[in-house]
Amino acid sequence: MKTQINVCINGQERTDEVESRLLLIHYLREVVGLKGPHIGCETSICGACTVALNGKTVKSCALLAVQADGQDIVTVEGLATDGQLHPVQEAFWNEHGLQCGFCTPGMLMTTRELIERNPDPTDEEIRHGLEGNLCRCTGYQHIVNAVKSAAAKVGG
Amino acid sequence: MIPQEFNYSRPGTVQEAVDLLADHDAKVLAGGMSLIPLMKLRLSAPEHVVDLGRIPDLSRITENEGSLHLGALLTHHQVATSALVQEKCPLIAETAAHIGDAQVRNMGTLGGSAAHADPAADYPAALCALEAKVRLVRKDSERVVDIGDFFVDALTTAVEPEEIITELILPVEEAGTGVSYQKLRQPASGFAIVGVAARIRRDGGRIAMARVGVTGLAASAYRAAGVEALLEGSEGSQADVAGASAAVDEGIEAISDLHASSDYRRHVARVYTARAILAAL
Repeated sequence: MKTQINVCINGQERTDEVESRLLLIHYLREVVGLKGPHIGCETSICGACTVALNGKTVKSCALLAVQADGQDIVTVEGLATDGQLHPVQEAFWNEHGLQCGFCTPGMLMTTRELIERNPDPTDEEIRHGLEGNLCRCTGYQHIVNAVKSAAAKVGG
Repeated sequence: MIPQEFNYSRPGTVQEAVDLLADHDAKVLAGGMSLIPLMKLRLSAPEHVVDLGRIPDLSRITENEGSLHLGALLTHHQVATSALVQEKCPLIAETAAHIGDAQVRNMGTLGGSAAHADPAADYPAALCALEAKVRLVRKDSERVVDIGDFFVDALTTAVEPEEIITELILPVEEAGTGVSYQKLRQPASGFAIVGVAARIRRDGGRIAMARVGVTGLAASAYRAAGVEALLEGSEGSQADVAGASAAVDEGIEAISDLHASSDYRRHVARVYTARAILAAL
């Protein structure tokens, strides 16, 4: 069964006919062509597929594309504006908040929401807030530093 | 990891939803945090999915005559952060904040979690301790089910295929009631190996009311009536709490899986029951 969906992705409206069973992550990567959101575990654990749906971070491997009909989606590709990195991206760059980079798109999206909801998070709050995003390289300390730096930049 | 094909409907009202359920052999989709993973694994392969995600009536929070009515589609994030819920029914807000991770709390819903009845889910412990009532609506009628009759077995509830949960009805907490939810978290998934929710009210130096709900230990969440009976009327001393907590697994068939043996779960249940009671006191 195919359903027509209208979505706004990174500020651009588009309409597609999709199978009702198509997952949002497959829609974004294979239909729209945005390869920023990654497929890691595909079991809604790792968070590499995290995108913002109407401003709220979600795991796009655990959503159907049809659920996003009429909604606003932001992927990691939509963070930078006019060639300027988003403060969260800058902070991850400056603080070495990544090694291989596979988890980074999800980390960035979750961090953006985390510091929106809590502009001055403690280390513990950052680790709690990033529980849904796994990194297999960094040991997380540099990521925590990056989140703190991003919060200071956005808040300050 | 791709679900089997299905037909998809997204009703705009409760009436449209129950009409669809009356006419089709369908599964109900709320936030999808349980159903979609199951469909990806093809453990669930419905022919028809009815998505409740756009029914605004199901995301209301209202207070009425000593009860808090929480719409079934409220996300865990909404329940955890609502000032009204935090004030009137702090146990459910505290429990919601412990569920899964930030992304799951943004999508997962109160009604969806209750309907899925995962033996390791967090909400059921709180719902049992709160003696919640569940409103179930079908095409031409509705009924309200006590939580004690709602959780039937692992992944099995009193909800009939043609019914949907529209709201959960919880008591507004009386002044002086302490609450706590304590859980041993499975580190990868965030699910509870054992989770214990407690509500305790003292009166004149003695415990006047004790309610204890347990998740993770048995196939379905339950109220630990033995613990409650031992606590009520006691002074709530360390020894009283330790003695009462030892009764948490009385008559319970403890589950065993790769995360924890049944003996270990029983031990954890006693420890976390004591912690929840002491935190609530």
